[in-house]
Amino acid sequence: MSFDSFNILKSRTVVLRQENIDTDQIISARFLTTTLKEGLGQSVFYDWRYDEGGRPKNSSAFNGYNPDTHKILVAGANFGCGSSREHAPWALKSFGFEAVISSDIADIFKSNSLKNGLLAIEVDPKTHASLLNTPGAEITIDLERQIVAVSDWEKAHFDIEPFARQCLMNGVDQLGALMSHLPEIEAFEVKRP
Amino acid sequence: MSDAKSLFDKLWERHVVVEETADAPAVLYIDLHLIHEVTSPQAFSVLNERGLKVRRPDRTIATLDHSTPTLPANANGELAYATPEAKRQVETLIANCKQHDVELFGLGDPRRGIVHVIGPELGLTQPGKTIVCGDSHTSTHGAFGALAFGIGTTEVGHVLATQCVLQRKPKSMRVIFDGALAPGVSAKDMALAMIAEIGADGGRGYAMEFAGEAVSALSMEGRMTLCNMSIEAGARVGMVAPDETTFEWMKGRDFAPQGDEWDDALADWRSLPTEEGAAFDKEIRIDAGAIRPMITYGVSPDAAAPVSANAPRPQTDAQQHAADYMKFEIGRPFSDAPVDRVFIGSCTNSRLSDLREAATIMRGRKVKNGVITLVVPGSEAVKRAAEAEKLHEVFLAAGAEWREPGCSMCIAMNGDAGAPGELVVSTSNRNFIGRQGKGVRTVLASPATAAASAIEGRITDPRPYLGSMKESA
Ligand code: SF4
Repeated sequence: MSFDSFNILKSRTVVLRQENIDTDQIISARFLTTTLKEGLGQSVFYDWRYDEGGRPKNSSAFNGYNPDTHKILVAGANFGCGSSREHAPWALKSFGFEAVISSDIADIFKSNSLKNGLLAIEVDPKTHASLLNTPGAEITIDLERQIVAVSDWEKAHFDIEPFARQCLMNGVDQLGALMSHLPEIEAFEVKRP
Repeated sequence: MSDAKSLFDKLWERHVVVEETADAPAVLYIDLHLIHEVTSPQAFSVLNERGLKVRRPDRTIATLDHSTPTLPANANGELAYATPEAKRQVETLIANCKQHDVELFGLGDPRRGIVHVIGPELGLTQPGKTIVCGDSHTSTHGAFGALAFGIGTTEVGHVLATQCVLQRKPKSMRVIFDGALAPGVSAKDMALAMIAEIGADGGRGYAMEFAGEAVSALSMEGRMTLCNMSIEAGARVGMVAPDETTFEWMKGRDFAPQGDEWDDALADWRSLPTEEGAAFDKEIRIDAGAIRPMITYGVSPDAAAPVSANAPRPQTDAQQHAADYMKFEIGRPFSDAPVDRVFIGSCTNSRLSDLREAATIMRGRKVKNGVITLVVPGSEAVKRAAEAEKLHEVFLAAGAEWREPGCSMCIAMNGDAGAPGELVVSTSNRNFIGRQGKGVRTVLASPATAAASAIEGRITDPRPYLGSMKESA
């Protein structure tokens, strides 16, 4: 599996201000019985987007959402905590998101996202606050230069694990890199059976 | 800086195949890979698409736990799956294991159970091993002095194909519980107290080691409960150094080393604990003696307080949001809240000792009218052992249900779920919105607190039932 290479993303944001949004919120366990990756987008944040009767909620931040123009999700602190389900980034990606920004993102979710071409990045509190306060703003993420531009005059640097960044920019997955170490793995097994 | 090494340093070093660099993470060797039906199908698909084999089927063990019904099969031997997809997911794992020669503890197998219960129970989990599973509560296995962490499905594929993961070394953190626990207080209460103290992200980026007098005094079951919950503080890894309690527990288990191998293993395991003077990136101390029975009152595990406390006034938007959902009356005791349902189970608290703890309280008593109480053993072995002690009779006589092993209401994807609006006291590990069913309000607690709450029909401090209530509480 590979994905489109990622370099510069210019798009509008959807903002979810809540902190500690866990992967159960992103995709509820009742949608986890699938054996596929595809099609999870329709279930993303389902209980946030639809009421008991399955009607779209008026209050939802996804109201007016357009997957062609809103590819960046901005969320409150500690985003993606909880279950390690990779269905969470699969669902966000299949819904149309290409990046997630928060002040901090849970480890497993971040690692899962980066492995699936969903750029999960952490920005400083000030930039975070300004993003949270301007839902729908058009922003630019430059992966090569590691910069988020909220506007022409408000730019912030973000850190990203260099290996994940390389894989994203080249649109390659990590299994290939791991497979290239098979000789060392074999040697390790001989030494330590 | 001294050369003294921590348990974590030693475990890490032993398993590095390729050192990490600025440009690339380390290649880390995995000794034991546990898989289950929910997070593996897409990983096997990748393998099949690329024509790859499972590299070490002998280091891979599968079980069925998340999607399986906990009601017994009907007269025709059919199980009541929640959905056709759930059944398909189970069948997919069976087929994948067959195709790739992976041992599966499937339906009807006496070794089947929740993945984090059976690993230790069978002696597959051992000190010094690296263990991964596509499941965040893999941290449980760290109770044995193993380096165990949850991975995503892509990484499940990596391990199937190469027996390795790409990993950067996390920072290290030591949590020291000083002093002794008060009577009636358990490992679950320690875990909740710690998470309340450091926050749901307090351990993010760290491998945690639990130490101190109260940790050494814990049984293996208690240590598993504590390590299980480390992920709820944001840490992927929770560990306790192996000691005599560990070795005693390991001895004679199906997959534990036997004979001469046992002696060699023991010598090796004794070399693992953290050395005096080893450096940690962060260290915190908690007074174990001050911990009281705990519950959660919010929608994140760090919203935890003593059972005897009053519902606090929300201070932030997030807390307000949680308070609106949980509907505890602000300023009133939690014990005012009527309980609709009680769940005793999950990889946090479904072992024999947990069931004994609950049975002690339920023996000779009745569950409050209308409170649906589910007791779900963690594995077939736990079920057999509990039935041998007639614990199931205690639960059934009290009016609780005694189910087949599985994850059940911990994740509520097998059909076992609460109804919207219900207040559920649960021995599981996550109180997230909707985790136990749409609109369900989850309160996390120890087995003793859950059992006492079932009896009273409201959130209840278990200590009077255990004859250990302190006036000072
Ligand atoms: S019992 Fe709950 S936490 Fe444990 S493995 Fe099952 S679903 Fe996960």
